[in-house]
Amino acid sequence: MEKLIEFISFSNPNVRFVTLGTMFIGMSAATVGCFAFLRKRALVGDAIAHAILPGIALAFMLTQSKSPWVLMGGALVAGWLAMFLIEAITKNSKLKPDTAIGLILSVFFGLGILMLTSIQHSGAGNQAGLDQFLFGKAAAITPSDLKIYIAVGLVLLALIFLFFKEFKLLSFNPDFASILGLPVKRLRFVLSSITVLAIATGIQAVGVVLMAALLITPAVAARAWTSSLKILLIIAGLFGAFSGLVGSYISFTAPQMPTGPWIVMSLSAIAIFSILFSPQRGLVAKIFRQRQNRQKILTENILKALYHLGENQKSQQNYFSKKQLLNHRKFDAAELNKGLKILAKKLWLIERETGYKLSQTGLPEAQRIVRLHRLWEMYLSERMRLKADHIHPNAETIEHIISPEIEHQLLHELDYPELDPHQKPIPY
Amino acid sequence: MDIRPDCPAIEVHNLTASYNRKPVLWDVDFALPQGKLVGIVGPNGSGKTTLLRNMMGLMKPDSGYVNLFGKSLDEVREKVSYVPQRETVDWDFPASVMDVVEMGRYRKGNLFKRLSKQDKILCTEALEKVGLLDLAKRQISQLSGGQQQRVFLARSLAQQADLYLMDEPFVGVDAATEESILALLTQMKSEGKTVVIVHHDLQTAYEYFDWIVLLNTRLVASGEKEKVFTPQLLQEAYGGRLTVLSRIGDLMAKQDFPLREKEFKEAKGTGDGKTY
Repeated sequence: MEKLIEFISFSNPNVRFVTLGTMFIGMSAATVGCFAFLRKRALVGDAIAHAILPGIALAFMLTQSKSPWVLMGGALVAGWLAMFLIEAITKNSKLKPDTAIGLILSVFFGLGILMLTSIQHSGAGNQAGLDQFLFGKAAAITPSDLKIYIAVGLVLLALIFLFFKEFKLLSFNPDFASILGLPVKRLRFVLSSITVLAIATGIQAVGVVLMAALLITPAVAARAWTSSLKILLIIAGLFGAFSGLVGSYISFTAPQMPTGPWIVMSLSAIAIFSILFSPQRGLVAKIFRQRQNRQKILTENILKALYHLGENQKSQQNYFSKKQLLNHRKFDAAELNKGLKILAKKLWLIERETGYKLSQTGLPEAQRIVRLHRLWEMYLSERMRLKADHIHPNAETIEHIISPEIEHQLLHELDYPELDPHQKPIPY
Repeated sequence: MDIRPDCPAIEVHNLTASYNRKPVLWDVDFALPQGKLVGIVGPNGSGKTTLLRNMMGLMKPDSGYVNLFGKSLDEVREKVSYVPQRETVDWDFPASVMDVVEMGRYRKGNLFKRLSKQDKILCTEALEKVGLLDLAKRQISQLSGGQQQRVFLARSLAQQADLYLMDEPFVGVDAATEESILALLTQMKSEGKTVVIVHHDLQTAYEYFDWIVLLNTRLVASGEKEKVFTPQLLQEAYGGRLTVLSRIGDLMAKQDFPLREKEFKEAKGTGDGKTY
């Protein structure tokens, strides 16, 4: 608790740098990552992150300086070169994009590791810390680092704001953009550049290996909650910043805990939660919908069975036992009990010791199902010319999904028929 | 059969194009009249889409050029509109129907600017014309195939062009969409617009179009439909490939051979007389 208060109060300057730094990094990568995600370039981000390593190593070898500006410059050049090579290979050879990405990733990364090893063995006194680019060095963010992250973050946001509609079109339908005469090559260059920029800053927090997660996961999570590009960018940015906050807090309370991996873990948790629980696209919502469908089918079948039994006895006032229902249709006994309970709760049927009958409110519902079934059978036999003995199984399913609008259209097209193909009356 | 109109909307001059080094179009040369509904018709793999992509500058031909209203594409870009095949984009993209239609108003001139009020009015009118105004705020992922096609059509209408190029707009659409496209086409024609449509169905082609280009990797015929739809020409277009021609094409792809020598590229030109 004390720790939490200390963290929130931001009184410790080191906490301030680390937290603000990772939040800005997370936000930048997440916002730019939305476009990589929508352009189906998720793996390109991974390749660029790995390809940046030799750029950093080479920049250090040439200048013997660890100034963040120098290393950032090296990172940008290498990232750009990697992106350019991936596109060139795909365009000019028969290799597919996934192969080109794999090639560039491993070649550049291998080169980077080689360079890092040779730097470490060269005995240069100030090389310590370079290998932190592998797994990130969030805990060691300095005020001058922070300035860079904030500057990069603001530049990225400004560019995205300026080019929002062009980037949208470029991600959705690039051919159309070039037909309109937009400067597609230059726009693509800007978009690629800010991606490389976001990655080059991002690897300082989470490292080369985990960078793709910082780029793509927030977009995936945000996509579960919205279908508007504007809101997608905002939510993804917030998720990215929030994960930076969580990562910093955890590594602050438990100092042996690394910040980068915790950022990625918290992002993954957000993404998994979003994929499971989002109201429209979520898995839980889907399972719930399917359950609802099953329940609708079950209860409608019970209503229909009661109606049929009453129809056979020419009275809807008689009571029918469970056994009679089971004889009429092969219900699963447990399912039947469940369905009867649901219907009783809705007051659509009346229960006595001798059995059940449709209530005044349940009868029109039952009539509706039977009407839809028989109407659909009419449609199948009149319009699709199916034989009378082939239409029943089809109508058993379709009766549950016909909407009032479609019912209206059916009635209109069939001109309110009185009897179905089996000469049973259609109840109105 | 190759009928030459005066003041053509499109002139394709000696166009040779390849896909992955394999020639898809051989020296295609024709001109299309203004203010007509034109169908580009031919069997699968006859190069229809490649021809359209070359007209729109999405591909660079190996030789020859396309002039629109007697000028190069760059000079008349804002007068030309394009409706790509529906499946060329991911409809799960986070955008609303109106978002997509508004793309038709993006211009070099409004880079980093918001769309104007006038732009928005044009988009609303375009959506109304295709009968989708009630779905303007709907997510595009929730549309049926026919509705997707109409969204693309509305985007193209919003461009306010004089020449419309459409790639297979009738594929996989419902009856309502087909009707609405046909009604639109009639209206566009009455306003003097030129509409060029890639179409693979022979049966409806005669019904829909005034002018027909028969294509089978080479030009078979171009002219008024009554003159082009003869058993002889149809047989020529649909009766199979020219075997020697396809063998040459395969050989060129295999050997990485250039389709044209430098001196014969004819990348620019003013066409064959009868101009403006």
